[in-house]
Amino acid sequence: MRTAAALLAGRAAGWVSRATGRGAGTQVSGRVMLAIDPQLLTEVARGRRVAIVSATNGKTTTTRLLAEALRACGTPIVTNHTGANMPAGVAAALGRDPEPDVAILEVDERWVPKVVDPLDAEVLILGNLTRDQLDRFGEVRSIATRWRVVSDTHPKIAVVANASDPHVVWSVGAHANVTWVALGAPWRSDAATCPECAGLLTWSTDAFHCDHCGFTQPASAYRLDGDTLVTPKGDVELALQLPGDWNRMNAALALTTAIAYFDADVTRALGGMRAVEVVSGRFSTCRLSDGRDARVLLAKNPAGWTEVLRWLEPRAGAVVLAVNAHIADGRDPSWLWDVPYELLRDKAVAASGERALDVAVRLDYGGVDHIVEPDPLRAAARLVGEVHIIASYTQFTHLTRESW
Amino acid sequence: MTRDSAVRVGLVFPELLGTYGDRGNAVVLVERCRRRAIEAELVEVAAGEPIPASLDIYLFGGGEDDAQVMAAAGMCASRLAIDAARAHGAVVFAVCAGLQLLGSTYEASGGRILDGLGLVDLSTRSGDGRLIGECVVQPDASTGLPILTGFENHGGRTTLGPGVTPLGRVTVGRGNGVDGVDGVLADHLLGTYLHGPALPRNPALADHLLAWVLGEDALTPIDDQLVDRLRAERLHDAQLTGLAARRRDWHLNRG
Ligand SMILES: [Zn+2]
Repeated sequence: MRTAAALLAGRAAGWVSRATGRGAGTQVSGRVMLAIDPQLLTEVARGRRVAIVSATNGKTTTTRLLAEALRACGTPIVTNHTGANMPAGVAAALGRDPEPDVAILEVDERWVPKVVDPLDAEVLILGNLTRDQLDRFGEVRSIATRWRVVSDTHPKIAVVANASDPHVVWSVGAHANVTWVALGAPWRSDAATCPECAGLLTWSTDAFHCDHCGFTQPASAYRLDGDTLVTPKGDVELALQLPGDWNRMNAALALTTAIAYFDADVTRALGGMRAVEVVSGRFSTCRLSDGRDARVLLAKNPAGWTEVLRWLEPRAGAVVLAVNAHIADGRDPSWLWDVPYELLRDKAVAASGERALDVAVRLDYGGVDHIVEPDPLRAAARLVGEVHIIASYTQFTHLTRESW
Repeated sequence: MTRDSAVRVGLVFPELLGTYGDRGNAVVLVERCRRRAIEAELVEVAAGEPIPASLDIYLFGGGEDDAQVMAAAGMCASRLAIDAARAHGAVVFAVCAGLQLLGSTYEASGGRILDGLGLVDLSTRSGDGRLIGECVVQPDASTGLPILTGFENHGGRTTLGPGVTPLGRVTVGRGNGVDGVDGVLADHLLGTYLHGPALPRNPALADHLLAWVLGEDALTPIDDQLVDRLRAERLHDAQLTGLAARRRDWHLNRG
């Protein structure tokens, strides 16, 4: 009875929140539900097969791709596809859709240890661990440590993990039930030292090794090579609609999970993933005052920014860089100096957001011509032709009006 | 003063000591030379490699615990090269973890007390709570520098030995966390807790380091209007933060 009341109250709160325009409603309704019944996560997950997807970057996309792959194989799926990845959001998503037997859930990397048991999760899908908000000192290390506790204390849980990320590999420890997929490591600067012994890691072209303690990249039955996922049963061409190398990595992780863990048919699973064009506002559009649509892309950390810039470089169009420095963005925007903005030298560029001047100084020293306009929509309106707005977290949520 | 070779700006162990955009300090030094038609090159010293004696400026940046321990080992192994370079007038600029490594000892995770380079008389212990936020420093008058703006983020408390000069007095934030001062100032050596990074936000500080290498006369003016706007904005923001912190302390002290 209590659970039913909690679900109803939660839906009501979500409806009010949506109706008053305060956001997508998912977090609000989840918070209300959890406040009424703390056992709710267990209650709404009971009897379902739960897969948890986590990473610093790409968890929303990986979750979506895995869900679509399984749906294309005829499996009904419940998922938190709006990116509401804290316990409240997870509870809301499960509460909203009580039918499906399989739940594919994106979970914030800090929350994984807290939800594994209440959800009685069956499989963990672990992508990558890189530096996120800078003022959270020691974050990568501390998350890896917390994940490690989960691996050590849950010998039966299945794990699908990225073999190319030293922190992810370390976090899985000596776990017996692991499917490794080598996704490649385009962002190594957060993994200079060995997570096991703190010695210097040695990197060859695509694998790491510690000469001090022997910690090394595990042999992987699955491996991403360009656009091809190499599997024990043959090579699979991804050919996604979603752009960029990072989406290939997300797709490779999702597809490996689908075929290695859920025994999905490769062709049908791929069909489901290839149909995905947009993931939860990571590529949204917003309307400018002159009627044009600008594309809005989220970049949360140096690794994410670098990927987005590499994707933009060969494309036509102008670019607005919209940066804030609230807690959710990281209060210290010094990471601007770790991102290769020089890639934008041949484009029309605007420095924007509350920290437009920090962006402008970075661009100036990088030899990138630019205008300075703190309001990103006004900045976009001042640029000609197609415009991409790359936004830090709070700028992105503001521009796309998504509350997660 | 004319030089027959490019200014060699050394970014020491960027994989280990580059947590807070420290590369920006190197980029700014090189670029400010180039804008004055002075040849300059950025030399990256990869972790695990010996630090060469041939650099004009040695940049030691910020890093997390394990990385700092590895960096300290590498720096101590290259101590002779650093000494030789300094004997020929090379400049050292150190930030945060780098500042701590200039001293005789620092505290690593788990309370271990480890040796630093010992280039200056200072030592660092960890303190209660991390010091995070905008930081403003009024530099020592001998430098002739304008007020400095940065962002601090560290758990260290750095005590200077007797007679050692700090970089300046902290007016907002905590700096060394001891005696209301930030950093250290010695001959051709300067250390600070200011990130941001420090040199993009404080072009006069960048030029101060370059003057040690090139002489004052080489430093023709550069158009810094854009940075001046950033500085004005950051200083204003820090004043508000500082005011809020003082109000909070006042309320706490009242009980
Ligand atoms: Zn090791």
